[in-house]
Amino acid sequence: MVHSLRAKTACVGLGMAGMGEAPGKNAMDLMVEATYLAAKDAGISVQDIDGIFSATAVHSMPAMSLAEHIGVQPKFSSSSNIGGSSFMAHALNAAMALEAGIINVALIAYGSNQRTAGGFKTVSEPLPYEAVYKPRVPLTAYALTANRYMHEFGASREDLAEVAVAARQWANLNPQAFMRGPLSKEDVLGARMISTPFTKLDCCLVTDGGAAIIMTRADRAKDGPRTPIYLMGAAMEHHHRMISEMPDLMQTSAKQSSQRALDMAGLSVNQMDSYQLYDAFTINTMLFLEDIGLCKKGEAKDFIKDGRIAPGGDVPVNTNGGGLSCVHPGMYGMFVMIEAIRQIRAGAGDDEGKREPGGWLKEAKLCLAHGNGGVLSSQATAIWGHPDTV
Amino acid sequence: MTTNFEGAGPEARFEAYLEDGKFMLQRSKTDGSYVFYPRVINPQNGEADLEWVEASGEGEVYATTATSRRPEQGGDYNIALVTLKEGPRLMARIVGIDPHDVKIGMAVTADIQEVEGTRAVVFQPAKGA
Repeated sequence: MVHSLRAKTACVGLGMAGMGEAPGKNAMDLMVEATYLAAKDAGISVQDIDGIFSATAVHSMPAMSLAEHIGVQPKFSSSSNIGGSSFMAHALNAAMALEAGIINVALIAYGSNQRTAGGFKTVSEPLPYEAVYKPRVPLTAYALTANRYMHEFGASREDLAEVAVAARQWANLNPQAFMRGPLSKEDVLGARMISTPFTKLDCCLVTDGGAAIIMTRADRAKDGPRTPIYLMGAAMEHHHRMISEMPDLMQTSAKQSSQRALDMAGLSVNQMDSYQLYDAFTINTMLFLEDIGLCKKGEAKDFIKDGRIAPGGDVPVNTNGGGLSCVHPGMYGMFVMIEAIRQIRAGAGDDEGKREPGGWLKEAKLCLAHGNGGVLSSQATAIWGHPDTV
Repeated sequence: MTTNFEGAGPEARFEAYLEDGKFMLQRSKTDGSYVFYPRVINPQNGEADLEWVEASGEGEVYATTATSRRPEQGGDYNIALVTLKEGPRLMARIVGIDPHDVKIGMAVTADIQEVEGTRAVVFQPAKGA
């Protein structure tokens, strides 16, 4: 049965600001810049926005702060924060509020200046029963997971490095990516060890960046200047807050969130033209390839061999260069979603961004954006589609 | 309906036990299964059926990482997830061994020590392991 939210709403505008380094700007500046650009991209005024969804690493009530900055009194807002996957969850929330007629124009926005502000920041409270051991949050949790993954499935540090190399190859096709240039597996293995088995190059960038999208109901979306990109399905799930409470480090809720998002869309995972998988660390991509159903548990190390997820491979993954090589301003989910949307726009000839040959996929029509939050805690998946797929 | 909500909450009680040199877990009065970290109600069945019992202290390393730190700040240190014999898992440090030598599956025994100034449960390689 077709879900009542399938393709009922669409992204009609998007904006990005200060990707990489944005000296002199604070997190709100970047979020407002991106919001303004997204509204203009959609052919509307920011003052047409009547629903605001935002989560950041530095604001306790970002939707309220953002509304104040842009002079909007929203009829509905949510600052719900489930970490880096908040924005896919916001897309689901926005679709619900739009379809219910509570709002007409939804904004989802993020901003962070953590690179120029001096490094990773979080509004998170210290986690009880863990903080005493001085884990590096969230790094330690992912390092523990990678260690367990290598033990259970016989994966190696070289396998993890393969993920970082593929991401860099995509970044090399994207002038907007922050880290570009040649990268070999040996470079990854030989970089400074941060927390075994991760070197610095197994870990995401620390950049600045703002990003925003505008969503409206499908009836209205057709009237805008851009190709509307429809939200075909979305779902979220979380099952722990602290890594010590994750029942099985090898199994994330991405399995449930992706399956329910695909069910809503009436599609199967193999029908996607690209897979944008939140890669805060190299292990993430491996786990999510398995959990969304592209390969069996423990087989990602074989699945990614021979450049399969790299440019030219048959499974395009993290085509902007990912959190590992493109951009990662604390919470990366907005950029994951925007890359999924932009690939479809570009396939329709409707994205001005320049990429090297192969950086834009050929006529991508369905893209999966998967978000991860906390310490593999919250998982949220959004599937975006070209008008032809509706 | 009976509850055990009187007096200090579970975090305060756990810390008070720790001060007394005891590593305590909670156990369900309904089915005898164990819970850690300490809770107000049992997350396995939704009931207020938890009682305190002393942990056996026996466990096994489930995952481990050696966190890099400059020598002048104390050098690399271990962080591990340990699965207790009773079932629950917790974060801890494995001490008394090079942080890089801790292996998954290693049998470990609980101890209570100062970790950078705070009393906490840590684990050491089990004797004979």
